[in-house]
Amino acid sequence: MEQFLQQLLNGLAVGGIYALVALGYTMVYGVLKLINFAHGDLFTIGAYLGLTLLASCNLAGLLPIPLAMLAVFVMVALLVALIGFLLERAAYRPLRDAGRLSAVVSALGASIFFQNAVMLVYGARVYVYPDFLRPDFTVSLMGVNVPGVRLLVIVASIVLMLGLWAFIQRTRIGAAVRAVAIDPAAARLMGINVDKIISLVFLIGPGLGGAAGLMVGIYYGQIDFTMGWSYGLKAFTAAILGGIGNIPGAMLGGLLLGVIEALAAGYVAMAWKDAIAFLVLILILIIRPTGILGERTADKL
Amino acid sequence: MTRTVFSVALGALICVLPLFCNAYWTDVCVMIGLYALLSLSLNVILGQAGIFHMGHAAFFAVGAYTTAICNTLWQWPIFLTMPLAGATAALFALVVARPIIHLRGDYLLIVTIGIVEIVRIALLNDVFGLTGGSNGIFGIARPRFFDFRIVKSIHFYYLVWGMVGISLVLFYGLWRSRFGRALNCIKADDVAAEGCGINVSRYKLAAFVLGAFWAGMVGTLYAAKMTTIAPESFNFMESVIIFAVVILSGGSQLGVLISAFLFIGLPELLREFSDARMLVFGLAMMLMMIWRPQGLLPPGPRRYPVVDRILGKLHSSGQNASGGLAGLAGAEVETPVNAQTAARTGEDRP
Repeated sequence: MEQFLQQLLNGLAVGGIYALVALGYTMVYGVLKLINFAHGDLFTIGAYLGLTLLASCNLAGLLPIPLAMLAVFVMVALLVALIGFLLERAAYRPLRDAGRLSAVVSALGASIFFQNAVMLVYGARVYVYPDFLRPDFTVSLMGVNVPGVRLLVIVASIVLMLGLWAFIQRTRIGAAVRAVAIDPAAARLMGINVDKIISLVFLIGPGLGGAAGLMVGIYYGQIDFTMGWSYGLKAFTAAILGGIGNIPGAMLGGLLLGVIEALAAGYVAMAWKDAIAFLVLILILIIRPTGILGERTADKL
Repeated sequence: MTRTVFSVALGALICVLPLFCNAYWTDVCVMIGLYALLSLSLNVILGQAGIFHMGHAAFFAVGAYTTAICNTLWQWPIFLTMPLAGATAALFALVVARPIIHLRGDYLLIVTIGIVEIVRIALLNDVFGLTGGSNGIFGIARPRFFDFRIVKSIHFYYLVWGMVGISLVLFYGLWRSRFGRALNCIKADDVAAEGCGINVSRYKLAAFVLGAFWAGMVGTLYAAKMTTIAPESFNFMESVIIFAVVILSGGSQLGVLISAFLFIGLPELLREFSDARMLVFGLAMMLMMIWRPQGLLPPGPRRYPVVDRILGKLHSSGQNASGGLAGLAGAEVETPVNAQTAARTGEDRP
């Protein structure tokens, strides 16, 4: 029972991170019908930028640690959002009318480009996050000692998800995003500036992804330049699992995938953990391509 | 016409090249040949049928491991394992592709990435106790051709490029055949293809299995050349490189050769920038899609003798003075029908 609870909470923490990254995939897919392969690498960039900011700015000396962490989070999210915005301008906007698979190839190119840019700037070694940031308290939950950082990651990801959910559902701009996702041409006729909405999506998605990258750095304590691929693929799996294009679906899919993976690692075999995530992806695409909450049918022939 | 001249010159160059190379550069050329072979086999799937398949390293790995296992455990001669490696890879492709072949472009892309990752993880975890885990398999024997032992780089050079030559001829025949036309038709518009009576799923599956068969046989050559194989040689990046070679080539065979050289040979020529090579390729993929989405060298238009003859006749009857000559010239003119086909096969729309 104790092992089960530990694995469950671990799965929820990792799943929260997957969900944050998956939101970027699913929002972009919603408005552009494009798999943004570079999203995983924006996540990596977030982790590295967080490290640089922490190492260079001595924020922890100026501010109390929780405030310093918050400041770093905001800065990373803004910087990565800016990169996402520029990426859309440079690599995807010229291809808007050029057929979907051209854009997919461009996205792959962007992913390779970012991954190698990170490698050239920082070097190919594994980086260790400064550990003074890592909250070292533990919480006793139903007789199980849970590391505080785990709970913080779960809480932070849920807060961010709820914030996004409220933004999409409750504001006018959120309604515009939903409208563009349903039918861009009709949205344009209703006076919505579709280009601006797409830019906005490319600000929010990468921003959340960058924040998730920083969370991985703090949670696991180490990062490397290839981590974007595996996290990106898994987050994409999560997006498909919940139903691609569907925002609550991405949240649910992320948490679910995290829990499945943690339980599989705990009870089946650690070494097959990654393979199980991909197996879930393949099975879901064969059995139910619309995902759990997906209303839009994945076109089949 | 210029393309024919260029091809002949390139062929002649390939035949005599190792005479001017040291062992190192011959090795580089062998690697270019191996990638060219893999890309030619992927070209059937991606270039001809337009199936976005990014897991080709999985089939390559299955072939290489089949050879390695048969050779090290049961001492099969390398060349005997070659058809078996191809058949195993083809069977594997058949099993994994059957349930996913109907998925649309980008979904299929993701699934094939999943497959290549699962294969790599399975190899790492020493599946069935045969693959040797992360160390892989070593001590694979050198191939023998009757009494001639293939050891040196130059031997492998002619073996690999000989296979490239055979593949070029066979795949050219395939392109010209009914099968090749059906694949191109599916690529241009699969709904229309279905409407024309082409069994889209079956043709796609056939292209997949054929490409996998070839990749499996290339796996044999790779295992024989390296004598050691490990799961990391078949990681996802390999799939991406092969994929990028085909995308950049535009789908013609000459294009594949050139683009294989650009991807494998050029970084060796520019050693000091070799760290940045993937950076440049990523950038090239983006720029290519914006400025030249059809690739470096898309295949020329298909020509049909019947159409050419009819149009030639029309042409010559219109110009009665030099009828014979114009008739001949008419056959050379790109017909409107062909131009249209070319325009459509150049597109990548799902």
